[in-house]
Amino acid sequence: MSEAPSDTPLLKVRGLKIGATVYPTGERPRPIEIVHGIDFDLAPGKVLGLIGESGAGKSTIGLAAMAYGRGGVEITGGEVTVNGRDILKSGLRDVRKLRGGEVTYVSQSAAASFNPAKRIMEQVTEAAIFQNKFSKKEAEERAVDLFRKLGLPDPENIGSRYPHQVSGGQLQRCMTALALCPQPDLVVFDEPTTALDVTTQIDVLAAIKEAIRDTGVAALYITHDLAVVAQVSDHIMVLQQGTMVEYGTTDQIINDPQEEYTQALVSVRSIKHIEKEPTDTPLLRVENITARYRGTDFDVLKGINVELHPGQTLAIVGESGSGKSTLARVITGLLPPSDGTITFDGRTLSPDLSTRSLEDLRELQMIYQMADTAMNPRQTVGTIIGRPLEFYFGLRGKAKQTRIQELLDEIELGEGFQDRYPAELSGGQKQRVCIARALAAKPKLIICDEVTSALDPLVADGILKLLLKLQKIEDVSFLFITHDLATVKAIADSIAVMFQGEVVRYGPKSQVLSPPFDAYTDLLLSSVPEMKIGWLEEVIEHRRMESAGN
Amino acid sequence: MKNIPLAALIGLFFTGLFFLMALFAPLIAPYGMAEVVGDVWEPSSSEFLLGTDSIGRDLLTRLIYGGRTTIFIATMATLLSFTLGSILGFFAAVSGGWVDQAISRFVDLIMSIPSLIFALVVLSVMPTTTTILILLMGLLDSTRVYRLARAVAVDITVMDYVEAARLRGEKIGWIIFRETLPNALSPLVAEMGLRFIFAVLFISTLSFLGLGVQPPMADWGGIVKENKEGINYGIQAALYPAYAIAILCISINLVADWILHRTTSLKGGRG
Amino acid sequence: MHPILKLIAQRVALGLMLLFAASILIFGGTMMLPGDVAQQILGQSATPQSLANLRESLGLNEPAISRYFSWLGGFLQGDLGTALTNGRDIGESISGRLGNTLFLAFWAAVISVPLAIFLGLLAVRYKDRIPDKLISAVTLTTISIPEFMIGYVLIYWISIKLGWFSSVAIINDSMTLGQKLNAIAIPVMVLTLVVLAHMMRMTRAAILNVMQSAYIETAELKGMGMLKIIRKHAFPNAIAPIVNVVMLNLAYLVVGVVVVEVVFAYPGMGQYLVDHVAKRDVPVVQACGLIFAAVYIGLNLIADIVSILANPRLRHPK
Repeated sequence: MSEAPSDTPLLKVRGLKIGATVYPTGERPRPIEIVHGIDFDLAPGKVLGLIGESGAGKSTIGLAAMAYGRGGVEITGGEVTVNGRDILKSGLRDVRKLRGGEVTYVSQSAAASFNPAKRIMEQVTEAAIFQNKFSKKEAEERAVDLFRKLGLPDPENIGSRYPHQVSGGQLQRCMTALALCPQPDLVVFDEPTTALDVTTQIDVLAAIKEAIRDTGVAALYITHDLAVVAQVSDHIMVLQQGTMVEYGTTDQIINDPQEEYTQALVSVRSIKHIEKEPTDTPLLRVENITARYRGTDFDVLKGINVELHPGQTLAIVGESGSGKSTLARVITGLLPPSDGTITFDGRTLSPDLSTRSLEDLRELQMIYQMADTAMNPRQTVGTIIGRPLEFYFGLRGKAKQTRIQELLDEIELGEGFQDRYPAELSGGQKQRVCIARALAAKPKLIICDEVTSALDPLVADGILKLLLKLQKIEDVSFLFITHDLATVKAIADSIAVMFQGEVVRYGPKSQVLSPPFDAYTDLLLSSVPEMKIGWLEEVIEHRRMESAGN
Repeated sequence: MKNIPLAALIGLFFTGLFFLMALFAPLIAPYGMAEVVGDVWEPSSSEFLLGTDSIGRDLLTRLIYGGRTTIFIATMATLLSFTLGSILGFFAAVSGGWVDQAISRFVDLIMSIPSLIFALVVLSVMPTTTTILILLMGLLDSTRVYRLARAVAVDITVMDYVEAARLRGEKIGWIIFRETLPNALSPLVAEMGLRFIFAVLFISTLSFLGLGVQPPMADWGGIVKENKEGINYGIQAALYPAYAIAILCISINLVADWILHRTTSLKGGRG
Repeated sequence: MHPILKLIAQRVALGLMLLFAASILIFGGTMMLPGDVAQQILGQSATPQSLANLRESLGLNEPAISRYFSWLGGFLQGDLGTALTNGRDIGESISGRLGNTLFLAFWAAVISVPLAIFLGLLAVRYKDRIPDKLISAVTLTTISIPEFMIGYVLIYWISIKLGWFSSVAIINDSMTLGQKLNAIAIPVMVLTLVVLAHMMRMTRAAILNVMQSAYIETAELKGMGMLKIIRKHAFPNAIAPIVNVVMLNLAYLVVGVVVVEVVFAYPGMGQYLVDHVAKRDVPVVQACGLIFAAVYIGLNLIADIVSILANPRLRHPK
């Protein structure tokens, strides 16, 4: 199979065009092109990173290497050659031999991609066995070997478990084992670490990288995170809206990007923000907050103490399950705490939303992660922003219109947006409207719950800059909840690191982010991918030395 | 209008036709409702387009008046079940907590007994007047509407925009009528069509069993009952109401399908 | 205890509670009359003496709660009371009829369940193509016609016009199985048509739901053929929803039986119930109502238990 000399490409893509069908409301479905002619080569054993924002067409291109179109997606033109055969011209039988044999796939969500009713081992070895590459016994030995290589606990027995019996990070490694078990020539990794927490991501990433190196397999590595792809790939292709922007070695793309778009991607998250000094009287004081959800006997928050000063930003950082979003719910009154008090602007807030005064509600606003679900799809932008004006200040008619337009100008949207519906806005524009809705109440504090994590990096940058600008103009405080440390560096004045319902580290930004660290903060900080080649090895090496030292 | 698919247009046409016939029955019907005008089971002729029934009344006239009764009762029952079911469903979803639990468990209980059996039990002691029939059908069917309305509303009330409205301090009225209802309308309207069909089938069944609309009033189920003996002599009189019911129900189904489809494509479209 | 046993025990307990509550509802449903039950039953022309007798035999002079418990107690011991109209023991009248009804429902299920699953699979296999559209069209039609009308249409065309099978379905113990089956052929067809539509639609939806899962895509990307994917990956996950669909439709069948029995003058529970509703024979109605409700609740309970058993997350807890 890999008898071809190493300078002939394993995968050759020429003029690849991919189409899909769109269903605009009230119109006939019509075809559109989503990938407009892509060319690239991939040599055996090499890794090509495909990077781009959502809608760049990177997953679609990856699946084209398996002659597969997801949903209504169809390959409309070009050539895809694997091991010298044009797979787009092959019959179904040949394509089936290719899939799962020569080319395999690792999806973003292993949890959904494993059959819940079957044991892991059976699914991992399935393709290798029925593609006649290995006998059942050989395949199972290979699988155990791969489990071990990928650092899974109890490699001999983990295969006999069901998918729901292992953790998300472990399942993602099992998916990698599934892809490598048939000894393919090429693996398509489709955002394999995106759904994982940052401290889990680094381990899975290292495991994948090692497995690629050890097995000598070639890979297409698809992701939106340039810092991640820089760790694993030999070459990188930057995509934007179905066309190639730039292609080069990883070194060249990271250290010497030529195109403006690539430069922007490389320098993303480089906002500089100098922290402000705390004032005498904090705006918000959270004291000894302990909380649990109804019907459970487990404290999600355990004795939380934090303060936020006027005109400043407190970032609450933590991974999923750390309790950071629960803290937001407690502060807003959606979840009354079982213990502790919240003081806001000198007065004690009622623990329950329903008994808070209108003034309390107005001065404490919230912005959500998913702008899509945070706006009523049946209301226009004008209604969405206008309602708080009407509700809190009794503004009507002309006065209301003028104020809405002022707010729209403030969030840099300008004229003509009042009558639009949320569905007609882009992701970034939606989040801006949500910001305007919060500002309309003239709040003293805005809780921002992961407001940039659903957005593409460049768009997220724009939102962060806007928030910083608004903070200056309106003198509003932010309680910024996020899992993303780069965002924290860009915006926070003080930081609270949360882990399993407790604040493990708290203070001014400069202090929290400088050593000496506690174990968890160290782990968290060192796990954030840096836009630097060789970063992954450094961290892994460093950790190995430390654990050897212990 | 140009975007309405053919199937839905056909559905709309026949639905409209039946409702118009029901409304203007006395103007359209060639004879009086209970008027004996000919012999028993006369075949169709220019005088009696569909022939006559088991006691010599004009069958077309009976069918038109029967449609009027059936459609009237079904419409009233649907309106009742719909108003009650959706108000309770929304109320339960928005209130949550014990209010939701109490109403939902009660509805579960009612639904644990098949509607027809429940109706038979009640009708064994109740007089079968039109009002009682409408009330009984409306109340029984409101449990189905309740389930759907609650499910749709729960889906909506967990949306962040509803939470945002709560955080703003909005009253329950605004949350139900401005945030929830506009987004729940399409599935509910489609469901209304299905509930109406169910009501038509239900009242026809009761009348056929002799426990629904009482003679001499005509309704589609009753016409079948009156003429069922004729089947054995190869007389189709009892089948005409069957065709009428089928056409009406299929038409409404087509319209409901279209409304539902329109909403799903609103959500599911790419790009 | 294994968590799955605990869950099932909970469901069974819930089912029993539901049945208990349903019995209250059925009993209460016959008591909620605004006026005097005896008067309603006998009509305006009843003599005071007959009214008093009826009240006595209904136990109306006792409070409702004690009447309810003596009724339920009798029921649990197999004493279903006596019919008002002919003074016969209800239990005796029902026993043979219940057998007949189950016989009819059984054959309808034997034919409709495999047929519905097969057609559902066919509709999925040819999704959005002619077989699928044809199946939906037929489904739409049968859903839109009441059971009794399907009955008469079939009688008219099959029994009268073609001369096949009998238009009445009278069976008795002296008949052979073949004769019985011949007698119930048309009612079985009607019942099959009635439940087929729902069952097929729901089967189709259940399988489609499974086929759209990400793990089916994983299997496709392993290079597996469609049939193999369906057999190895879709089927194990589709069993539970399909069994669920079947059970729910069998429950539906039990109700459909009532009307079909009247159409074909079939000596079963349904006809017995309808007859006595018209005669306002309250004890018979209560007894039949409770039996129908029990069967219905029981089938729904089985559907619940099957979904619990088939869920790998519950079968193999962490």
